[in-house]
Amino acid sequence: MADKVLVDEDQVRRTIARIAHEIVERHGDPQRLALVGIHTRGVPLAARLAALIGEFAGSRPATGTVDIALYRDDVGLDGRRGALPVVGDTILDFDVSERAVILVDDVLFTGRTIRAAIDAVFDYGRPPMVQLAVLVDRGHRELPIRPDYVGKNLPTARTERISVHLAEIDGRDEVVLDSDGGGRA
Amino acid sequence: MTRRSLLTIGDLDRAEVARILRVGNRFAEVMTRDIKKVPTLRGRTIINMFFEASTRTSTSFELAGKRLSADVVNVKGSGSSVEKGETLKDTVITLNSYAPDVLVIRHASVGACAMAARYTDAAVISAGDGKHEHPTQTLLDLYTIEREVGPLDGLHIAFVGDVAHSRVARSGIRGFQMMGARVSLIAPPTLLPRDAGAALGVETSTDVRDVTDADVVYVLRMQLERMGPGGFVPSLREYAMTYGINHGRLRPGQRVMHAGPINRGVEISGELADDPTTLIERQAANGMVVRMAVLYDLLAGPSGSPEPAGAPIGAVAV
Repeated sequence: MADKVLVDEDQVRRTIARIAHEIVERHGDPQRLALVGIHTRGVPLAARLAALIGEFAGSRPATGTVDIALYRDDVGLDGRRGALPVVGDTILDFDVSERAVILVDDVLFTGRTIRAAIDAVFDYGRPPMVQLAVLVDRGHRELPIRPDYVGKNLPTARTERISVHLAEIDGRDEVVLDSDGGGRA
Repeated sequence: MTRRSLLTIGDLDRAEVARILRVGNRFAEVMTRDIKKVPTLRGRTIINMFFEASTRTSTSFELAGKRLSADVVNVKGSGSSVEKGETLKDTVITLNSYAPDVLVIRHASVGACAMAARYTDAAVISAGDGKHEHPTQTLLDLYTIEREVGPLDGLHIAFVGDVAHSRVARSGIRGFQMMGARVSLIAPPTLLPRDAGAALGVETSTDVRDVTDADVVYVLRMQLERMGPGGFVPSLREYAMTYGINHGRLRPGQRVMHAGPINRGVEISGELADDPTTLIERQAANGMVVRMAVLYDLLAGPSGSPEPAGAPIGAVAV
């Protein structure tokens, strides 16, 4: 079945701009803020948000990346999709204890990735606050995790697949639905 | 499920070695943090069984497991039931009843780790079996060379010294060749296995002056404990004079490795061993992160093929 575009390029751009405005409204001084992108597509999203906040507020917040491979709660469990997580970089080269951290991801689904990302950030220090910004919330939470900034709420069936494409990685901006996707993302 | 073991470097292919070295880089980053620990292997049990003396390997395996949040138990030859005459097989069967995830085994007998793997459901990692193999040493050597010298492809690595009794050389030759390096062996005729060159596809020499041709000079320990009553060299003093590696035998820029422990003044001079340009200290430091990567590789993925980066956890219904 062909992919169905749920959010087009222009909507993605406007949605990210709106989230950036919301962050500025709630936080004021970007110097006390850090946007931490969760690999893979959270990383360019965090960079875009930081650039927009720089435009809107006059200074850019710090940015970082977090990889959750070492913090997953399902590594090596028999019966799971048997695969070794690729381990990427975590780069938090600012003092985590001195800035409110906003985790940034493309899709919020079960919440387990976010739990793992929070664990990873806390191994670097004790941030005064951790918030969550996502481009898409597709529901089906398995943990009590709630986003603070949501681009689009897209209720889905569990078997459906939501894919976020971003220009930096995929060459275009869009959110698509693939009903044959088997539940990833 | 019987887990996959690492008994020889040949249990890994080039892509798997490259993956372990990449993950090692990630753990090296973890070691720079204030909290040098990740929860990856929480709830897993690792039993270290060292029936032969070891400082570096046993300590680094213990720390590697602990820094991955696994439960680590150490069993030594002395003070264990082995001292009362229990066989390795019976020890493994007993420990297997405690449902460990990994047995790390060092033993003086060739094949001991492979034999143990037949009597346990746990993954077995060889931490050295007799003069056979020492695969994690090779992985940490590969990692050290890649980080400190450069890509293995095309490098020339010369093992010098007691090749005959060296599990480090046996694993190293296969591992370095697998990653594209050229390997040569330089040793007195009595310590160079006959037909080693043809059998292993390496150049051999009995002339220590040939070390100048190598990018990396890997000095091998004289394994006196494996030599028995003697006959391999007239005396250690004479060996030091004819084959010992010192500054005078090297050309500028050559890097020196040694798996330790060092016989100072025998296979390597004290001055060279203390020279900060050698990779000896880096090898020891890298041992732990590479062993973390090996444990992660064996335990984190029950089968094999890498999952795309960024795949969300919990995305599969249980």
